[in-house]
Amino acid sequence: MNESVISIRGLSKTFGTNRVLDHFDLVLHRGENLAVLGKSGSGKSVLIKCIIGLIRPDEGNIEVLGQNMLNLNREELDDIRVKIGFLFQSNALYDSMTVRDNLEFPLRRHSFRLAPAEVNHMVMEALRNVGLEHAVDMMPAELSGGMRKRIALARTLILKPEIILYDEPTTGLDPITSLEIINLINAIRGKFGTSSLIITHDLKCVKLTADRIAMLIDGHCHVTGDFEGLRSSSDERISPFFS
Amino acid sequence: MPGLSKWNAVMIISKNSGVFLQEIGELSRFAARFWREWLRPRYEFREFIRQCFVIGYKSLPLTGLTAFIMGLVLTMQLHPSMIYYGVESLIPSMVGIAIVREVGPVLTALIFAGKIGSSIGAELGSMKVTEQIDAMEVSGTNPFKYLVVTRTAASMVMLPILVIISDSISLYGSYLGNNIYERTTFILFFRQVFDSLVVADIIPAVIKTFFFGFAVGIIGCFKGYFTDKGTEGVGRAANSAVVVSSVMIFILDLVVVQITDLMNLYD
Ligand SMILES: Nc1ncnc2c1ncn2[C@@H]1O[C@H](COP(=O)(O)OP(=O)(O)OP(=O)(O)O)[C@@H](O)[C@H]1O
Ligand SMILES: [Mg+2]
Repeated sequence: MNESVISIRGLSKTFGTNRVLDHFDLVLHRGENLAVLGKSGSGKSVLIKCIIGLIRPDEGNIEVLGQNMLNLNREELDDIRVKIGFLFQSNALYDSMTVRDNLEFPLRRHSFRLAPAEVNHMVMEALRNVGLEHAVDMMPAELSGGMRKRIALARTLILKPEIILYDEPTTGLDPITSLEIINLINAIRGKFGTSSLIITHDLKCVKLTADRIAMLIDGHCHVTGDFEGLRSSSDERISPFFS
Repeated sequence: MPGLSKWNAVMIISKNSGVFLQEIGELSRFAARFWREWLRPRYEFREFIRQCFVIGYKSLPLTGLTAFIMGLVLTMQLHPSMIYYGVESLIPSMVGIAIVREVGPVLTALIFAGKIGSSIGAELGSMKVTEQIDAMEVSGTNPFKYLVVTRTAASMVMLPILVIISDSISLYGSYLGNNIYERTTFILFFRQVFDSLVVADIIPAVIKTFFFGFAVGIIGCFKGYFTDKGTEGVGRAANSAVVVSSVMIFILDLVVVQITDLMNLYD
């Protein structure tokens, strides 16, 4: 349990005069669900976009599965990205493509040589994991918000990643649908043994999914701990999150 | 104007021209990146073909219709003056030169900018704000190649073809317009048109449409690719893609005329 799959040291990022991340440190262990809690605009999305290489930090170090993400070339980056699933805050489904094409996209693009029957099998299996096999020929615009989230999750799962980064998986969903997503997150860990970083400001999601919680306040990791420990904290910067 | 001193005005103008110059710089960098990346593997050939089809198919009805009307109207409007000077027999040559050299390419390119420039700007803009471009990036795809290179190259290939088709339709419209006043045969009309056209008319006219196509494609992509957050930004991207590429078409037109003039192609 103590092997680290992601390790972040001294990560800083400034946009103009806005210092979003300021010497942020974090370690994600293998098989663990780690939640990063922070208020809106605190730089949570910036943090995980740095991890996957969508945003280049100004300073600091990011190691994923033993590789330094900041000095990889494009091919090496693609190779490591196969092992990292990313669930976007806005789902990022390709709205000009059907659900099937959306799911096939990462399979085809990561230049695996797969037979059509195999591709179809993987697509259907990923959809089965989220319980939406019947939606395979629909367009994203025809789906509800919760369905879209689940399809996006299926697309993330299709490559069987070792690590999944969830950017606010339950934001904007009703309590019942968000509970479904939470159950899916837990089921995925049970089934595939993935390590997950869950970015959120939804307390219920944190409580039900996370083994450990990191608080992102003022651009750095203010404290880490488990749910009960943080809830009983008397720190006036932490307690508002739990009230 | 009260409250606006000379100094304020200078400040505003210099700030705006700074923004303008910065935009030009960024656009040039973007265009340079196109030329750097388009020949490098991996080639997005399927997406390129798909874009050629989409772009050509979307614009053909519109460019064809406007070209037809333009040829017809141009002929009908020229007719009285040509009669007045007693040179109505020159109509096919005049219309032919006007359409092939200038009206066909520029009009088609403008319609193309309105139709394709805005749709590329809106498409890429909405992909940007909904993180679809980021999603491509993490799925082992270079979005610049997959989206920008294919669309720009398809515009560059399809616009010259559209212009050649539009020129033909336009000349046919002109033939019909001419027939309202006097009967000529199809063969005679087109023989007169082609007698007055030389290769030097056709080649520069086609070459400039490559540049027009490039401008429409790259500006549409640029505006979409750098849309700032929000759906409002998508509308702005589509809108400014059309405005900027239309102006660019005229600027390029001017430049090409100067160059062909210097080369004395028409002598
Ligand atoms: N590309 C960018 N350019 C400039 N500023 C940016 C950019 N991306 C993010 N920011 C700024 O960084 C800050 C953090 O943004 P981020 O999206 O990470 O917030 P967040 O914690 O994910 O919030 P939310 O919970 O609302 O998603 C914001 O102030 C935002 O304006
Ligand atoms: Mg966010």
